[in-house]
Amino acid sequence: MTLAAARIDTGDTAWLLAATALVLLMTPGLALFYGGMVRAKSVLNMLMMSFVSIALVTVVWLVAGYSLAFGDDAFAGLVGGLGQSGMSGLGPGSVHGSVPTLLFAAFQLTFAIVTAALISGAVADRAKFSAWLVFVPVWTLLVYVPVSHWVWGPGGWIVDRLGALDFAGGLPVEITSGASGLALCLVLGPRLGFKRDAMRPHNLPMVILGAGLLWFGWFGFNAGSALGANGLAAAAFLNTLAAGCTGLLGWLVVEQRRDGHPTTLGAASGAVAGLVAITPSCGTVSLLGALVVGLAAGVVCSYAVSWKFRLNYDDSLDVVGVHLVGGVIGTLLIGLFAERAMTGGAEGLFYGGGLVPLGRQLLAVVAVAVYAFGVTYGLGRLLDRVMGFRASEEQEHTGLDLTVHAETAYDHGVLGHGAPVSHSVPAGSAQKVKAQP
Amino acid sequence: MKLITAIVKPYRLDAVKTALQELGVQGLTVTEASGYGRQRGHTEVYRGAEYRVDLVPKARIEVVVEDAVADEVIDAIVSAAQTGKIGDGKVWAVPVETVVRVRTGERGPDAL
Repeated sequence: MTLAAARIDTGDTAWLLAATALVLLMTPGLALFYGGMVRAKSVLNMLMMSFVSIALVTVVWLVAGYSLAFGDDAFAGLVGGLGQSGMSGLGPGSVHGSVPTLLFAAFQLTFAIVTAALISGAVADRAKFSAWLVFVPVWTLLVYVPVSHWVWGPGGWIVDRLGALDFAGGLPVEITSGASGLALCLVLGPRLGFKRDAMRPHNLPMVILGAGLLWFGWFGFNAGSALGANGLAAAAFLNTLAAGCTGLLGWLVVEQRRDGHPTTLGAASGAVAGLVAITPSCGTVSLLGALVVGLAAGVVCSYAVSWKFRLNYDDSLDVVGVHLVGGVIGTLLIGLFAERAMTGGAEGLFYGGGLVPLGRQLLAVVAVAVYAFGVTYGLGRLLDRVMGFRASEEQEHTGLDLTVHAETAYDHGVLGHGAPVSHSVPAGSAQKVKAQP
Repeated sequence: MKLITAIVKPYRLDAVKTALQELGVQGLTVTEASGYGRQRGHTEVYRGAEYRVDLVPKARIEVVVEDAVADEVIDAIVSAAQTGKIGDGKVWAVPVETVVRVRTGERGPDAL
């Protein structure tokens, strides 16, 4: 991001307003993507884990998160200061580059929201909702906020000091959510019946709808990260489209050869894997690079999702197999495919940049993955000890929708389900109704 | 009187219905059912993970007829439902003591 202009540009601002709304839509899209993949008895709980993240992360971001991530560096490129807590000192006239600072803060906020929501896929069907409500804001402050400072904050150690590249958030979004998902599913343990019962997606059209909304929002995510209505945004936009397509096709080819059928879940998963991988690299690689990045993610991730059965950890909806693995692929391939025409300087191995850029990318990946995994594992264990992180066996058997939210998503029966046992009509009104003819 | 129950492939339901209508059978009850016989279901694949689905969707047809036509009805159902492939289903008959038409109170064969 460049801060040279210091004057609001209406074109840039208009595009970033739209991009911010697009990225926010990714979270309800993710809710549908995940919701369709769980069993019918827990779909509402799955939707809620994403939806409530919008509210939780927004509050914590405005109170302290933004300042800690994007405030002036407070310590060695690791964390920002508290000077802008509660957005203090920021008003309609504040400028970040060529856009209002408040808009930049909102744009970054939508990234923090979807990242927290992504983790829920690893603990689907068995996490305690109350523990999730505590986990999300604490995790955002302890993991997302520092890592986004490392990558995008002024003086952050990964981009400003180490010189690694990450255009739209492969490190803070994909790798933190993937590594944290792995940590949480280890804390919670496998679902009841893991590897024994068929845990089939209950609504694949909903999965495709969710994947479509994610893809739509992803254009705001990646092209918006140019922070301007310009050629770089256009290039990132096209790279995003290209990688989603080759990811989808790559996954389908693997399925056809391995299982004999190209599936809808595979198409949706492949597109998402390609989009994950192009997130860090969409502003640094050429179109040819984007096609390769997406294809690599589609092929590798379709194999990676089976790790959970071999290694015996229950990552319910494959947050590790798609987001961690896809994020690692996209971030590392920058070291091979980065092009001067896109980056304005840095080049990858294939364009004469040598091995150094690849080494920087690798160091950044390892540091972020280890940090996110370690802190999340510790936080998860602490919450489990203090309040319990796993739903009771009865809740899990019956389904979290009915036991936690007192609702069910579908009513298939032709038989009635009884009269209301209580309602919120004021006392005495029943009498009035009775008195009417 | 006999209660004839047939478990057939759902897509053969229309053919069975037509065959029974041609025989003059007055009414029938159809229920969505699931189950398995010797073939034990099918396999579904989700992100490369294979799930063995034992219970296969079936249509359950029930019809009560007079003893004299029971065999004819069974034959009609079998020939309409038969595809020759695995999973075609089963048909069985059991004796029925009483039938009452709820609307009129008629009993026995008159109620059919």
